[in-house]
Amino acid sequence: MLSSVKPMTPLVLSAYTLVTANGRGVGPVLQALRERRSGLKPCDFEDVTLKTFIGRVAGIEDFALDHELARFDCRNNRLAWLGLQQDGFMVAMAEAKQRYGAHRVAVVMGTSTSGILETEHAYRERHPRTDALPDRYRARYRYTHNMFSLGHFVRTCLGLQGPAMVISTACSSSAKVFATAARLMQAGLCDAAIVGGVDSLCLTTLYGFSALQLLSTGPCRPCDEDRDGLSLGEAAGFALLESSERVGGRGTVALLGYGESTDGYHMSHPHPEGAGAVRAIQDSLTRAGLRPEEIEYVNLHGTATTANDSVEDKAVYSIFGARPACSSTKGWTGHTLGAAGITEAVISALCLAHGLMPGTLNCRRVDPSLKSRILRENQTGSLSCVVSNIFGFGGNNCSLVFSKL
Amino acid sequence: MEVAIHGIGLLAPGLVGWETGRAVLAGLRPFQPDEVPDPDAALLPANERRRSSDCVRWAVQVAQEAIAQSDLDPRDVPTVFASSGGEMGVFDKLCRSLATPERMISPTLFHQSVHNTAAGYWGIATTGQQSSTALSCYDDSFAAGLLEACTVVCVERSPVLLVAYDLAVPAPLSQARPITTGFAVALVLVPPSDGSPAAMSLQLEAACADEARGLEDSALARLWKNNPAARSVPLLRAIASGGLRTVSLGLLDSQQLILDLGPCRI
Repeated sequence: MLSSVKPMTPLVLSAYTLVTANGRGVGPVLQALRERRSGLKPCDFEDVTLKTFIGRVAGIEDFALDHELARFDCRNNRLAWLGLQQDGFMVAMAEAKQRYGAHRVAVVMGTSTSGILETEHAYRERHPRTDALPDRYRARYRYTHNMFSLGHFVRTCLGLQGPAMVISTACSSSAKVFATAARLMQAGLCDAAIVGGVDSLCLTTLYGFSALQLLSTGPCRPCDEDRDGLSLGEAAGFALLESSERVGGRGTVALLGYGESTDGYHMSHPHPEGAGAVRAIQDSLTRAGLRPEEIEYVNLHGTATTANDSVEDKAVYSIFGARPACSSTKGWTGHTLGAAGITEAVISALCLAHGLMPGTLNCRRVDPSLKSRILRENQTGSLSCVVSNIFGFGGNNCSLVFSKL
Repeated sequence: MEVAIHGIGLLAPGLVGWETGRAVLAGLRPFQPDEVPDPDAALLPANERRRSSDCVRWAVQVAQEAIAQSDLDPRDVPTVFASSGGEMGVFDKLCRSLATPERMISPTLFHQSVHNTAAGYWGIATTGQQSSTALSCYDDSFAAGLLEACTVVCVERSPVLLVAYDLAVPAPLSQARPITTGFAVALVLVPPSDGSPAAMSLQLEAACADEARGLEDSALARLWKNNPAARSVPLLRAIASGGLRTVSLGLLDSQQLILDLGPCRI
């Protein structure tokens, strides 16, 4: 079947925010990028003794959600709450709600972990004889661990009444939220959307990636010849999307295109030739109405696993050749899984807004088998078009094109 | 938004396959909710099937039934998988292991814990490379999936396979989410054209009503209440009865999807 992909109307990122191990809000992220300071530290999450580095957000343990939000209280939603409080985002959302009406603003969130940590804890406290879970957990599953919890929480915090859903396609979750929101707006089902993603550290992902032997023992080293795996991180990020036809937005950062695909190959190994990745990148360029040579910077998925970085390189090189600068920012944040899409979308927006191309942190010597132009040192200068790649378990791929209008 | 329905797959107690299910839902056969045998999900390669979770086999079973009716090549069809809780059986096993001092978990079980596990296995079975989304909207996951699927049909002008499923939740997790019977449904939705066996128009309206309206059969109403994927039953019943009626599906507490069905011969 012939591809039916057509150019789309650009969507302005009217407001955006990000909380990672680098700090709260986009200011600390930008500063860390400029100063080449990693947020990764030796694993100190709960009582975990794995020899690995993590990108933990400080201070989540120091407060609880209360009043009408108490039922949502869990690590994932606390992190979401921290994210919503930064960069004037709540004010921007209140204005959007005022402008369009609560029913006309959609909530499209991405997560892979949701609040599974609550269920992990509840299982430790099962009744020794009856196997029963603690009473206080039972009523809170819906508001913490269930995959929709994050969407429910954000919708409640912002008082929105439009369509809402949580996309959960492993690591591509909060990249695909841009595609779903763009379609909802194109179909006239809403006038604006808050997109975003939140993923938080938990035992399932730490011990799961350890079981897959995909965790680095040190800070992850994307694209390095001696890379030995990923570092897990946690993050919350959000963006307000509005149609460029309505708000104009000259000089602001906008989503120009998205591309989604699957590998149809394996649950946890990428397609050896990166066929699905190629398709996602190509579709994102078609929707953006751009040629590959117009892209100046590619923010790689770049997890620092042997397989990902080498397959992604094949896909990127086959489309762009060695012309655009390519780098991974996982050395700053760690792999934030379901929040990786929004983390790197906001980083891409910061790169565009501030004319920065971050060199791959912790990459000492670029793997000589990689053919793309891997950036090791930061570069500054005007930047107009960026592609962000996100690939996930289940062979689920998403590429996004961002530009300054 | 206008779409056409070109295939339906169904698997639930007393509704095993669309042909049987249609007769039951049209009131031509009694609803006898017996236990469902483990589905064949014959499209899965043998080694994948052996490792697969119940969710995967139920989802693949209804997906292959719907695709077969549509005469489409599955590799040409993007997918939307909607489930409230996803792999609850896998979470139970993982959380049991993580509650032991050793915390040893199986790598296979870990990659099967993602919400897009069924979507991923479908992709592997069909070698498809089209877009695939997996989502949740708690009890309204079917409505949210239908919304996502219809926007893909209308905006991308592409056929879409929608699969909605939730399985019985094992103890002790069932204390937190008491779903006691499995339910899986698949719809192949395509851009409307002349001669479509079932046409449907979809509108999103502000509302707060959300009841099992029109489900006089108390056993069907119980199913509707017990399993989020069974929120599709009023729509399936309208299709089975020949269409030409309006169905509303609640979407959260503030909106509803109004589905206007043309004549249905599917």
